Amino acid sequence: MKRLIDLLAGLYALLAYGFIYLPIVVLVLFSFQASRFPLPPFTGPSLRWYGEVLGDAKFTHAMLNSAVLGVVSSAVAVLLGFLAAYGCARMRGGMGNTVRALLIAPLSVSYLIIGMGLVVLFNAVGVPKSLFAVGVGHVVINLPLCFAILYSQMNDNIIRLEQAARDLGAKEWQVLALVVAPVLWPALVASFVLSLTLSWDEFLIAFLLTRFETTLPVEIWTLLRSGLNPKANAIGAIVFGVSVVMVVLAELAIFGRGKKQKS
Amino acid sequence: MSTPVVSISGLSHSYGALTVLHELSLDIGPGEYVVLLGPSGSGKTTLLSILGGFLQPTRGQVLIGGRDCTRMPPARRPTTTVFQDYALFPHMSVGANVAFGPRMNGVNRAERARQARETLALVGLEQAFDKKPHQLSGGQRQRVALARALVMKPKLLLLDEPLGALDLGLRRQMQDELKGIQKRVGTAFVHVTHDQEEAMALADLLLVMQDGRIVDQGDPERVYTRPSTRFSATFMGENTLIEAEVTGVEGSLAMIKTPLGTLRLDRPGARLGKAAITVRPENMRLGAAPAGTVSFGAGTIAESVFQGSYRKAVVQSDSGQHIVLKLAADEPAGIGSRVELHAEPRHVGLLPG
Amino acid sequence: MRPETIRPRNLAAARPLRHDRDIAMTDAKLNWRTFLLVGPAALFTVLFFVVPLAAMVAVSFTAGGAASLDNYRHFLTQPSYVKALVNSLEVTLIVTAISVVVAYPLAWVLAERVPERWQRAALMLTILPFWTSYVVRSYSWLLLLAERGVVNRALMATGLLDQPLQLANTRAATVIGFVHFFVMLLTLTIYANFKQLSPSYRKAAADLGAGGVQTFLHVVLPLTLPGIMVGAFLTFVLAIGDYVTPQLLGGSNELLMPQLVIQQIGRRADLPLAAALSLILMLVISIAYLACARWLKLDRT
Repeated sequence: MKRLIDLLAGLYALLAYGFIYLPIVVLVLFSFQASRFPLPPFTGPSLRWYGEVLGDAKFTHAMLNSAVLGVVSSAVAVLLGFLAAYGCARMRGGMGNTVRALLIAPLSVSYLIIGMGLVVLFNAVGVPKSLFAVGVGHVVINLPLCFAILYSQMNDNIIRLEQAARDLGAKEWQVLALVVAPVLWPALVASFVLSLTLSWDEFLIAFLLTRFETTLPVEIWTLLRSGLNPKANAIGAIVFGVSVVMVVLAELAIFGRGKKQKS
Repeated sequence: MSTPVVSISGLSHSYGALTVLHELSLDIGPGEYVVLLGPSGSGKTTLLSILGGFLQPTRGQVLIGGRDCTRMPPARRPTTTVFQDYALFPHMSVGANVAFGPRMNGVNRAERARQARETLALVGLEQAFDKKPHQLSGGQRQRVALARALVMKPKLLLLDEPLGALDLGLRRQMQDELKGIQKRVGTAFVHVTHDQEEAMALADLLLVMQDGRIVDQGDPERVYTRPSTRFSATFMGENTLIEAEVTGVEGSLAMIKTPLGTLRLDRPGARLGKAAITVRPENMRLGAAPAGTVSFGAGTIAESVFQGSYRKAVVQSDSGQHIVLKLAADEPAGIGSRVELHAEPRHVGLLPG
Repeated sequence: MRPETIRPRNLAAARPLRHDRDIAMTDAKLNWRTFLLVGPAALFTVLFFVVPLAAMVAVSFTAGGAASLDNYRHFLTQPSYVKALVNSLEVTLIVTAISVVVAYPLAWVLAERVPERWQRAALMLTILPFWTSYVVRSYSWLLLLAERGVVNRALMATGLLDQPLQLANTRAATVIGFVHFFVMLLTLTIYANFKQLSPSYRKAAADLGAGGVQTFLHVVLPLTLPGIMVGAFLTFVLAIGDYVTPQLLGGSNELLMPQLVIQQIGRRADLPLAAALSLILMLVISIAYLACARWLKLDRT
């Protein structure tokens, strides 16, 4: 009976993984398509479309925009979130709860609503559509996450360290910069990476708030408006490839460090 | 004893190259409260898991109620376990938790509710029937876990450090209750703990384990006062240990040569050769040895530390031994005083090797 | 070390170490600092989240520059608009249901059947496709489901079909696209839930006589239900507000709410109407949240 269950379990897992990876396989396969359409039959392999994408200024520019936007907005979100988490940890009672609720609120609202709200606001006050506007939007969506992650790390341990540092004569900013931040380093990095990932791939807010300078997802979208195009395959494969490499490296870095700590 | 309810023979268990239980053999009588006492790594929890059916031993046999249960899964075994973290199902009420076992055995709703109430009354928690586990205190949850196990009317009840999560006052109280409940239901209990006071308070049969072996077993008073191995002599509280040699055996009398002189003690089964004698601190007395007692010579008090209700003292005897004893809190003799020591023969333990 | 060399850096600043946890409350000097710390984040949130929301509400009640209920009236009287909301709800509920049903067994297999050493790798493998761009991933399904795409070609090649099926630009395509994404997400959350389950529960159930199926039905399933509910709610909220998947895969025959909203901005530049529609969507989400509230309590014993 157990063997039967194991067999069914294995079969199910296989089917599920098949379903999950089917689009990825097709995507990557047809990125090497030689002919115009990323549809069967497969006429490759050819690097034609990779060449076109990497040579296309629109895309390289968009990639750069996405990268810069991601790094800057994530950094802002982490910084604001860190300071707020630190401050909130010292606020007790009603005041603290209200602030916490305020800072977490955007998590429960769709990106569509957040984006729309900013469209209305910027329209009213005359802020033009730009990467800056998108940056603001990305901080709005990432700040609650960073705050939540960092706030959950503020436990008694940190308070004791803080008190010890003050006892030894450290000023407030020194306590923050020299004691609390280094101790929370893993959480800070995790929040940053998470924000970066979300910002990099974010479409809707970028779509609503940019016109000329766009991010990569918006650029891809524009490309897709004109139908199936192997260029999209190529970009998708590149983004996927880079991400996979980074994830694997991160795993090895964390896993490797973990192993070293054990021995 | 009458037919043992549990009989273990030749029980060994290994994880790959690491052997955690070595050739254990044990009989547990019906209605006996057995306590497995030992430090972590002694194998007591492994033994409990094997009794409960959560682990299958690499060698040996487990007979419960006369049947070979060695390979039987927990569900079919006539045992139930009270887990260290209680494992009360959080999504069920207390009543539903206790009725779960009967439910799995096909008992109808009305009957199992009745059984649950009856068993909850036994542990004094009848009014908690409809409550959820998270609404109860630690001690109350512990009792629900006990009720859940007892309602199954097992031949053997297993308890894995059940009082570990409770604070001291509550622990003492629960020990009394556990003992009382066990007497009332008459089921054999096997209770694992590392707390020697708990072990002595509860056990009818105390088993001291070390490195996968039972190194001492018997009545708690005997095991404490006259331990039969060095490990159990020093594991359960402080002890004076004096190296000795058994030089002669006449019937049940043993001739023991020590640095303090030669002793003659009634110790059936004593063997010639290297040995040690032990005396618990509270059994060592000040003063010249009256007739019929064992003299421990004379010495000087080297240490005397106030402990509240008594003073812990160490005497450096003239023959070079360290003797630990308890003095009255207001004992006038202090550091540097010359004293003589003696003890009752029944308080002197003899260890082989 | 000689005593003279041990000196606090600033005698004036050396305060007695208090073990009082309410140090922030009792020391008045700290309060303006706390304000400074929390201020920027709070201000930012108010300025760029609360104010826009308020502005949206205000704008939704205007038409042609004047205060009006026209936008909401428009929504309620236009059958195609109401249909869009109904479509959104239908599609999202279907997607949530299918995703949970597909993801739960997979999470179970990962947590229970895969050997411990490989679980981390297997989990990573499951969510790796997350790292393709969201837009591109939906696009991949378009490739697969197109008339001349892989699926149709394969079905025709095996003789099951003579003519290609209309798979792309249908509700089915939208559902498939969504399910693909959310199965990964839900597998992750349900897996985490499984791992949190103390092994003692299973042992206790077995000890009391429960077989494998019974243990699953009476213990494992009820205890993983909160995790399922949280995942399902997340799926609902994310799916109902998504524009990309329905727009790429669903075609223009059937519109969902987000598409309707974007339509108002793009073609007709009717911001007030778009705002009103967005708020209606937000209302629906809030109702869903209230309905699921008891499952989403964040502090559970």
